[in-house]
Amino acid sequence: MCLGIPGELIEMATDDTDLALVSVAGVRRRVNVGLLTEDDELAVGDWVLIHVGFALAKIDEAEAQAALEMLHGLGPAYDQELADFTGSAVGREGL
Amino acid sequence: MRFVDEFRDADTARALATRIAALCEPGRRYAFMEVCGGHTHTIYKHGLEDHLPESIRLVHGPGCPVCVLPMGRVDDAVAIAEQPDVIMTAFGDMMRVPGGRGSFFDAKAAGADIRMVYSPLDALKIARNTPDKHVVFMAIGFETTAPSTAMTVLRAAREGIENFSVFCNHVTIIPAIKAILDSPDLRLDGFLGPGHVSTVIGCRPYEFIARRHGQPLVVAGFEPLDILQAVHQLMRQRREGRCEVENQYSRVVPWQGNRRALEVIGEVMELRPWFEWRGLGFISQSAMQVRDAYAAFDAERRFAVPGVRVADPKACQCGEVLKGVLEPWECKVFGTACTPETPIGTCMVSSEGACAAYYNFGRFSRSRVRAGSAGPTPLADPVVLR
Ligand code: SF4
Repeated sequence: MCLGIPGELIEMATDDTDLALVSVAGVRRRVNVGLLTEDDELAVGDWVLIHVGFALAKIDEAEAQAALEMLHGLGPAYDQELADFTGSAVGREGL
Repeated sequence: MRFVDEFRDADTARALATRIAALCEPGRRYAFMEVCGGHTHTIYKHGLEDHLPESIRLVHGPGCPVCVLPMGRVDDAVAIAEQPDVIMTAFGDMMRVPGGRGSFFDAKAAGADIRMVYSPLDALKIARNTPDKHVVFMAIGFETTAPSTAMTVLRAAREGIENFSVFCNHVTIIPAIKAILDSPDLRLDGFLGPGHVSTVIGCRPYEFIARRHGQPLVVAGFEPLDILQAVHQLMRQRREGRCEVENQYSRVVPWQGNRRALEVIGEVMELRPWFEWRGLGFISQSAMQVRDAYAAFDAERRFAVPGVRVADPKACQCGEVLKGVLEPWECKVFGTACTPETPIGTCMVSSEGACAAYYNFGRFSRSRVRAGSAGPTPLADPVVLR
C-alpha cells in the first residue's frame, strides 16, 4: 500500500480533468491526477508516482526506471502491488 | 538520461562508505532512525548496515501504518463489517492484521463481506454499483494515502453517493516523531526522513526536530545509494556541528510538499484530539478524523463501534520494535511463533514492517552478530547490488 509505483502518462481525459490513462509495466489503467497542480504541467509521456490509484508526484524517467527496478527487486511485495493495481476495478475501461 | 545504475553503482557505494567512515569520531557511536518502513526494507534487502562502519547503527522507526494500528481499531472495523448489508473494503495489507477478535480474514471466513481493493476509488465504484448495500472503506496510512481518501470522499459528495463512508484511521508522521524524541529509552543522533510522506508534507514540518531537539534530519530516497548518501549527509552535519533539515531526495520531494494534496486533506479531515498507536500508546493530535461537513461519509458516525481498548498479546514486543528499542530478532517469538504466515504482531504483517523485512531479507546481516545472538555470518557479496 505504501509502495509508490511509477507510471507513464498515455492519455489525458478530456471530460474529467482529474483522470488520465497511464501505463505501469505494460498494464494500462486509469489513475486520478487531481492531486497534482497546474505547476506540474502534465503532458503525455511524463512519468508520475502512483499511490493507491492517485498520482502524487511528477518524476523524471530515470527516477521512474530506478523505482521500477527497485520494485521488481522486492519480489512478492511488488507482485502483489502490481496484481492489486491490475485488479483495480476503477480503470479497466480506459478513459 | 540518467540510468538506474547511477543509484546502484558499487564503486560509488564503496566510495561513500569510505567517506562515511572517515567522518566517524573514534570511540563514538551513532544511531540514526529511519522513520519509514520503505527504508527499512531497502536497508535489510541490500544489507546496507554491512557497508557502514561498526559504530553506526540504523534504528527502525514507527513509519509503517499497518504496524501502528491498535487492536481495538481492528475490532471496531470488524464490528462495522459484521453489520447487515455492509461491504467492508480494505487494502490487501490490512487483511491479516490481528485484532483482539481476529483479523479481517477471520471475519471474512465467518461470513462478513470484506473485499480487498487497490484504491479507495475501487471502494467508491463498488458503492456505485451496489446501491442496496453500504460500502465502508477502511482508510489507513500516513500523509501518503490520506489525500487519496480525502479526494474519494470529495468525489462521493460531488456525485451524491449516499451508501459510502470511510472508517478513518489516517495518522500523521510528525507527532509520532515527537513521541520518539520524548521517549527516554532511546538515544539518537539523527533521522532519515520518510521519502513519500514528504512528497506531500514537504520538508518544513521537520524543522522543529533540528531547532528544538538538536537532531539533524535528511529526507531520503529508497535506493541503496540514496540511503548511504543520506547517512553521509547526517554524519557530515554531526561532524560539522550542524543540525539541519536536508533533502537528499529532491528529485521527487519538493521542499514545499504537495500543496494541492494538503488542501484536500484539510478540506475533508481534521486532527483528532488523540489517537492510540500500537506500541507507542496515546499520542495527541496524531491522527485524522472526518470533518463535520462530511459527516455523512464518516463510518464512525454512521455505525456504533465498540471503541474498546485492547491490550496487545503478552508475547508481542512490537511496541519496542516500533520505538527502535528492540531489534526484530530480539523479540522472543520472532521467527518461531511469529512469522509472516502466522503473525502475532503487526510488524510481521506488512512487507514494510521491520520484523517482516528482517525475516525476509535480513537474517544474514552483520547486525545480528553484533547483537551477539547468532553464530558466523555468511556475508553475501556484493551486497549493495544484491
Ligand atoms: S516478532 Fe512478531 S510479536 Fe515480536 S515484535 Fe515482531 S511482529 Fe511483534
